[in-house]
Amino acid sequence: MSLEILGISVLWIFLYGYLIIASIDFGAGFFAFYGKISKRDHLINNLISRYLSPVWEVTNVFFVFFFVGLVGFFPDAAYYYGTALLLPGSVSLVLLVIRGSFYAFGNYGSKENSFYLFLYGATGLLIPAALSTALTISEGGFLKEKGSGVEFLAKELFTSPYSWSVVLLAIVSVLFISAAFLTYYADRAGDMPARDVLRKFTLFWSPPTILASFLVFASLHAHNPGHFSKAIQLWWMFGLSLLFFLIASYLILKKKNFGTAFIAVMLQFFFAFFGYGASHLPYILQPFVTVHESITNPTMGTALVVVFIAGLLLLIPSLLLLMKLFLFDADYVKGKK
Amino acid sequence: MELDNVMLSRMLTSMTLAFHIIFATIGVGIPVMISIAEFVGIKKNNNHFLLLARRWARGFTITVAVGVVTGTCIGLQLSMLWPSFMKVAGQVISLPLFMETFAFFFEAIFLGIYLYTWDRFKNKWLHWLLTIPVMIGSSASALFITTVNAFMNTPQGFELKNGKAVNIDPIAAMLNPSTPSKVFHVLTSSYMTSAVLLAAITSFAILRGKRSIYYRSALRLTMICSLVFSLGTALAGDVSAKFLAEVQPEKLAAAEWHFETESNADLILFGTIDENNQIHHAIRLPGMLSFLAGSSFDKKVIGLDDFPKDETPPLWIHYMFDLMVAIGSFVIVLSLVYLIAWRAKKFSEWFKPILWGIAAAGPLSVLAIEFGWIYAEVGRQPWILRGYMKVADAATTGQGVGLTFIIFAILYFILAILTCVVLVRMFKNKPAEAELEKRFNH
Repeated sequence: MSLEILGISVLWIFLYGYLIIASIDFGAGFFAFYGKISKRDHLINNLISRYLSPVWEVTNVFFVFFFVGLVGFFPDAAYYYGTALLLPGSVSLVLLVIRGSFYAFGNYGSKENSFYLFLYGATGLLIPAALSTALTISEGGFLKEKGSGVEFLAKELFTSPYSWSVVLLAIVSVLFISAAFLTYYADRAGDMPARDVLRKFTLFWSPPTILASFLVFASLHAHNPGHFSKAIQLWWMFGLSLLFFLIASYLILKKKNFGTAFIAVMLQFFFAFFGYGASHLPYILQPFVTVHESITNPTMGTALVVVFIAGLLLLIPSLLLLMKLFLFDADYVKGKK
Repeated sequence: MELDNVMLSRMLTSMTLAFHIIFATIGVGIPVMISIAEFVGIKKNNNHFLLLARRWARGFTITVAVGVVTGTCIGLQLSMLWPSFMKVAGQVISLPLFMETFAFFFEAIFLGIYLYTWDRFKNKWLHWLLTIPVMIGSSASALFITTVNAFMNTPQGFELKNGKAVNIDPIAAMLNPSTPSKVFHVLTSSYMTSAVLLAAITSFAILRGKRSIYYRSALRLTMICSLVFSLGTALAGDVSAKFLAEVQPEKLAAAEWHFETESNADLILFGTIDENNQIHHAIRLPGMLSFLAGSSFDKKVIGLDDFPKDETPPLWIHYMFDLMVAIGSFVIVLSLVYLIAWRAKKFSEWFKPILWGIAAAGPLSVLAIEFGWIYAEVGRQPWILRGYMKVADAATTGQGVGLTFIIFAILYFILAILTCVVLVRMFKNKPAEAELEKRFNH
C-alpha cells in the first residue's frame, strides 16, 4: 500500500471512530434535553449522564486527531480548507466550545440548569450539521481559486440540494446511532423504562435515516455525476450497509439482542462511510487536492505512521480499560458504583 | 495601526492563546498537585489530604473542559488564520502535533477513569496510580506543543526551496536548540502557577474565617510546593536567558534595552524609554546582564544595533520581561517567609499580611504566565518562522477575520464569567468541613 493511501485510510478510520462515538454523544445530549422538556428525564437522564461523564473528553480527542492528522499527511488540504472555511469553521468551533464547556458546567457545576441542558442539546444537532458541510465542500463546486487565495462560495452551498441532503442525513443518523446505542446501554443496565423510551426513539429515527441516505445518493447524482458513478461501482458496499441496517432495525423491533443490533448499526455506517470514502478518491478536495499530489514529505509520512502505530499500542489497552470499567462493568452501568 | 488581515489574525490568535494558556497551565500543573495531595493522604492515612485531592479534582474538571475546547480552537485556528504558514511548516511540525494529541488522548482516558473510580478500588494505591498516566499525559502534551513553539523560534530540520519544505528531518525539528530551555521553563512555571493558585484560594478562605485543620494542611502543602516549583522556575528562567544570549540575542537585547554589543553589560530594571531610545527612571545593575547571559561579567552581550531595523522586536517587551521576573521573585520570597513563619516558634503563619500576599500571588502568577508568553512571542517579531517567514506573509487571505474576532471575543468573555461563577458555586454549596464529616466520619 502506498503511503498516501495508508495515510488517508488512517484518517478515515479516525473520522469513522469520531462519527460513531460523537453521534452517541451528540444524540445523547439532545435526548437528555428532549427527556427534560417531555418530562421523561427521570427515566433516561441518569442513564445518559452515567455513560457520558467518563468519556466525553475522549470523544473530543478523536476530532482533534482527525484534523491534526489531515494537516500532517496532507498540508495542501489544510491550506485550502483553512483559507476557505474561516467563517463556517469558526461557527463549528463556537458550537463545539459551547457544547463542551456547558456539558461540564451543567454536569459538574450546577445540576438541574435547564438552560445549560438546552444549549447542550441544541448544539448536539447543530454541530453535525455544521461539520458535515466540510464533507459537502469536498465534492467540489463550493470553492473558487482567486489570484491571492481561495474563496468560499457560501451562496452556492446554502442553495445546493446536495448540501441540505447531507445535513439532513447527518442529523437523523446522529439520532439513530445514539438511540440504538443507548437502548443497548439501558438494556445492560436492566433499566427497562429507559430502554422502552429509547427503543421508541430508535424505531422513530430508523426510516428517516435510510430515506436520507437515498436522498444523498440522488442529489449526488445531480451534483457530481463522476463521483456517483464511482459509488455505483462499489454498490456492494452500500448493499451491505443496507443489509446491516435491516438487521439492526429488525432486532430492535423484536426487542432482542440489542448488543448485536448496535454492532449492526456500526457496520451499516462502516460500509456506507468507507464506500463513500473509497469512491471519493483520488480527490480529497475536488478539484484542488488529490491524495497523490498533496501528500507530505515521505520522511514525515513514515514518521507519522510509526508514531501512529506506537500511539495505538498505548491507546488501545487504555481504551479497553475505560470500556471495561464503564461500559462493560454491569455494576457501574446499573449505577451501583 | 491598520486593521488588515494580518493584524486581525494576530489579534485573534493572541486572544485565543491568552485565554487558553490559563487553562493549559492549570491543566499541566494541577494533576501534579492532586497526585501529591493524594499520595500524602494515603501515606499518612490523613483524610484531610484525601479530601483536598478530591476537591481539587472536582474543580479541575471544569477548567479541563474549558482548556479542551479552547485548545481545539487554537488547533483549528492555526490552519484557518495562518494557512500559508501551515502549508510550509505543517510538513515539519506535524509529528509533534500528532504526538501532542496522543498524549492528550492518553490523559483524557485516565482522567475519566480517575474521576469516576474514587471508591471503586479496595487498595487506595491503585487509584493513586491513575494519577501517573494523567501527569505523564498532561506534561507530555505540554512538552510536544512547546517543541512546536520552539521550532518557530529556532527552526531547523528542513530546507526551504521555492516556498516548499524539503529534506525534512522531523526529529531534528523537534529537538531544535530552543526546545530544552523552553520545555523546562514551561513545565516548572506551570507547576508553580498551579501550586500558587491553590495556595491563594486556601489563603483567601482562611482570611474569610475558615480556620480548620483542613485549610491549615492545604496551605502548608501548597506553600512547600510553591517554593520548590518557583525555585525550579527561576533556574529554568536563568537557563533560558543564557540560551537567548547565545542563539536568539535580539530577543534578550530587546527585553533589556541593550543596544550596543559589549562585555560587562548593565542590567536595566524597569524604567521608561523615549523615542530617542534614552532610558529614564531605571535601576541599573552594573555588569549584571553579562552575568545573567553567561555567568561572567566579561561575557559579551550582543546588542540590538547589530540587527537590521526591520528584524528586531518592539521594545515594549522589556516591561513584560521585568514584570514576569518580578512576580517570580516575589513568589520565591513569599514562600520562604511563609515557611519560616510556620517553622519558627516566634512567628505565626496566620500573620495577615503574609496571607494577603499569598492570596494576591495566585492571580499574579497567572499574569506572570501571560507576560512571559507575550515576551516570548512578541520577542520573535517580525518572524513567524525565525529567519524563514515573516508574520505578514503567513496570514490568511480569507474573508471575515474581523467578524470572527468579535464572535470569539464574546464567546471567551461569557466563558470566563461562567467558569468563575460555576467554580465558586461548586465549593460554596459544599463546605469542606461538612464534606469531611459526611465522607469519612459516618
